Amino acid sequence: MGVRWLRRGGRAAAPYGLALAAVLVIPPLLVIIPGVAPGYVLYLVSLALIYAIVAIGLGILVGHTGQISLGHAGFFAIGAYTSALLTLRLGLPFVVALVVAASLSAAIGFLLGLPALRLSGPYLAVATLGFGLAIPQLVVWQGSWTGGSSGLHGLPPASLPLGALTIVFRTDQDYYYLAAAVLILLTIFARNVVTSHTGRAFVAIRDSEIAARAMGVDLVRYKTTAFALSALYAGIAGSLYAHVLHGISPEDFTVLLSVDFLTMVVLGGLGSVGGALSGALLLTFLQNALTRLPVVHDFKNLYIVVLGAILILTIAFLPHGLAGVVRSVRQRWAARVRAGAPRGDQIVELGEGSAVR
Amino acid sequence: MTLDLPWGQLLINGLALGSLYALTAFGIVLIFKTTKVITFAQGETAMFSTFVAFTLLTAFQLPFALAFVLTLLFAAVFGALIERVVLRRINATTVLNPVIVTVGLSLILLGAAGWIWGYEIRTFPDPVVGPPFRLGTVVVSQLNALIFAVTLVLMAVLFAFFRFTPTGIAMRAVAENRTAAQLMGISIGRMNALGWGMGTAMGAVTGMLIAPINYLDPSMMGDVALKAFAAAVVGGLTSLPGAVVGGLVLGIIDSVAGFEAAELRNTIAFALIVLVLVVRPSGLLGKHETKKV
Repeated sequence: MGVRWLRRGGRAAAPYGLALAAVLVIPPLLVIIPGVAPGYVLYLVSLALIYAIVAIGLGILVGHTGQISLGHAGFFAIGAYTSALLTLRLGLPFVVALVVAASLSAAIGFLLGLPALRLSGPYLAVATLGFGLAIPQLVVWQGSWTGGSSGLHGLPPASLPLGALTIVFRTDQDYYYLAAAVLILLTIFARNVVTSHTGRAFVAIRDSEIAARAMGVDLVRYKTTAFALSALYAGIAGSLYAHVLHGISPEDFTVLLSVDFLTMVVLGGLGSVGGALSGALLLTFLQNALTRLPVVHDFKNLYIVVLGAILILTIAFLPHGLAGVVRSVRQRWAARVRAGAPRGDQIVELGEGSAVR
Repeated sequence: MTLDLPWGQLLINGLALGSLYALTAFGIVLIFKTTKVITFAQGETAMFSTFVAFTLLTAFQLPFALAFVLTLLFAAVFGALIERVVLRRINATTVLNPVIVTVGLSLILLGAAGWIWGYEIRTFPDPVVGPPFRLGTVVVSQLNALIFAVTLVLMAVLFAFFRFTPTGIAMRAVAENRTAAQLMGISIGRMNALGWGMGTAMGAVTGMLIAPINYLDPSMMGDVALKAFAAAVVGGLTSLPGAVVGGLVLGIIDSVAGFEAAELRNTIAFALIVLVLVVRPSGLLGKHETKKV
């Protein structure tokens, strides 16, 4: 079965294979290299993995279902705060807090999906933008139990009971493995969702709501499902984030973070799970690389400009993102192999599909 | 809740604030009407133009009126350039692309302004100085009076422009039906550029009126832009009077809420957006568009 899966999924699975290999092999290798602070690298990779979880969820909403969200930092914050409050104030175990945080985030995603049923693109963008802004404000407003603008700190280490054995996550390395495990599970889950009946309903809604409805796709059900699903991902990621950082504050969840998430999905390629994954990893490392440039004193401005440029240039020149680039390279390669001889230009035209017309 | 709030004063302050929201919303509505693109860069183009005005006023020591006119010219050209250079190259058949691109633009402008002018908070010179007007117990500052005047004048000018000038009528035709307008010999591209230019110039006006109140820094328009969106959406994106109604309602809510629950101002704006949209998806004064296959 394993072999069959590999053979059948070989082509489609290649980008995941590469991304996961990059995530699982490179960080431990980096740690061996002397001079690189092992903890910090793994901490950074963990953050990238957590953002990738959000990006995959957002990708299902934006790329597959065609609904926009400029407020996913709001769901991320809901997950983080729920998890932090439950473990810190009520002393609940990490796993319970994670499940509650994910469920609450998904429930709120479902509720936000309800007005989205009646809203088209630009209206929805404004509504979700407002949602993202409102959540940190509510957190500050309810300062007596959320810690207000100074946030919540000193979260207990996460632990995972496995039968008689309990794994306690203490070091950056522990959290790296936790984040990687969750990411892998959620990537597989997302792959299954988008290739399922539900995923096809999402795509039908994206391509034409009216046509989808005429084909019998229940808009209420699938739009709210897409919102709830992407909020679930953001909630789980938020919960992990709170524990990896051991603390959170409202400043962690700005509109800029929502835009970061959107950029990851756009850069990776709308409508591709592997794209969202690679977009998230790339952007997080880029952000970190920019802070290290010796010539730049003004990191924040540089990053904001680069982020904006990535958004515009990707939409203008790579409408299908990195995933689209990978796809077209592979198609050209396949065409070249089929043709047997390197006939260059003509084959490229065939690959583009323009010569067929 | 206490009932002995200074209601009259809160109302006047709210109306002044609301006028600023409405003015910012004008730009968004104008651009949406002509180009069918909702711009998320309106706040940032306004902020950028205001910094240009600030430079003209302080570094070049120009008189206010001259700086004002030059800034309007700059903003109009800037807006038209944004349309020409960026938006025209974007595949706008999806709603997603223009949203993402204008968000990208707003980021670039934010970062560029931070780079050029820095994040220190500056005081923008007052366009008007003098003792405030008094109406009984209510005080109206000269600046607020100017804001009311500018809002009224711009509303009248825009109304006349869209009603009586050939260009204004052409822009309305484009908003009504792009294909038919094109068949009538109207250049869609020129109208789009004009819409962006006018909308951005409008933003510059707003920026120069807000900066004396809120101080000047790259993030000065953040909150205002959200409220302007809410105003535009509440009024129904395509309706200028709708934007004014939406802006004034938000301004008054803001002014009263600012007194009672300052932390929740954005949340209230968000709740209002969702509430209005759930009841009337195309806003209070917007026309409902039915999609056909």
